[in-house]
Amino acid sequence: MSSTKSWPLWEVFIRSKKGLNHKHVGSLHASDADMAIENARDVYTRRQEGISIWVVESINLTASDPKIKDSMFEPAADKIYRHPTFYNLPDELKHM
Amino acid sequence: MKLSEKQNLLHYLLHMADNGLILAQRLGEWCGHGPVLEQDIALTNIALDVLGQSRYFYQYAAEVDGNGKSEDDFAYFRDEREFKNFILLEQPNGDWAHTIMRQFYYDNFMQLVYSQLVSSSDAQVSAIASKAIKEVDYHLKFSSEWVIRMGDGTDESHKRIQEAASALWEYTGEMFIPADYELETLGICTNVANLKNEWLKRLNDVFNQATLQVPQTNWFQTGGKSGVHSEYLGILLTDLQYIQRTFPGCKW
Repeated sequence: MSSTKSWPLWEVFIRSKKGLNHKHVGSLHASDADMAIENARDVYTRRQEGISIWVVESINLTASDPKIKDSMFEPAADKIYRHPTFYNLPDELKHM
Repeated sequence: MKLSEKQNLLHYLLHMADNGLILAQRLGEWCGHGPVLEQDIALTNIALDVLGQSRYFYQYAAEVDGNGKSEDDFAYFRDEREFKNFILLEQPNGDWAHTIMRQFYYDNFMQLVYSQLVSSSDAQVSAIASKAIKEVDYHLKFSSEWVIRMGDGTDESHKRIQEAASALWEYTGEMFIPADYELETLGICTNVANLKNEWLKRLNDVFNQATLQVPQTNWFQTGGKSGVHSEYLGILLTDLQYIQRTFPGCKW
């Protein structure tokens, strides 16, 4: 299909249950936001995967450039002190 | 011949069940043929909802019947003249506009019916309605939005949905004429004649937004509720019942 005829692409985010965050689950085509929500409901929540849906038109996303991923992400690789793993936790704390 | 109370209830339950079965069969024909993947799934989801409602009615019918029949006996081993679904629902899918308009006419009606049946004097009917109403609320939203989207869309989509509205109109009148088995079971079922004004009001609202003309003819097809159908039902049933008629009782 030519780009003028196909529906725009939308990214879908589903919250699986209360308290959790919305997670990207995939994308789909829809002519408008309402239809995108309904399509997401039918495509991504028919097996009870969620209780809340966000959609955003893919064109509105800004993504990092994969070509500069070395400079973007490599520098964090050797900063292990940024992970809070150097504390001795008391035994009473079970769920950290 | 006057039917017993039990027979009237049985007929009413079969009427409700047949509506779901026949519509689900039609919607299922779209599987793999939808205009886009997302709408293909949307329609088959709706098909599975109405088939699920239909099964509850068949199962209850089997219980009321009390002759050891199963839901499958009702679905696969009755003939055309015994089916009590609306003639509207056996109409061919046609184009997307016809499928959507058939759905909208029916959803608008069923949403009103189930709203009433929630307070049915029969606990089982009430329970089925309470479950179904949530599904039908969604179906009505879906089909209303499509009617508006097409009516208020391009010249081509407007033309097609208006044609579908006019072509299917003559099948809508039947929904509001109570069958004998309904008049004999009022309280369990609802008097459908009382639903027409609200149905028209909501239809007017959607058609206004869709810039569509409400068809004005008031001659309507009838007969489906008592087993007199259009030529399409027999063909649909041969497809639907083929496996069980060829290999009776087969399981997979």
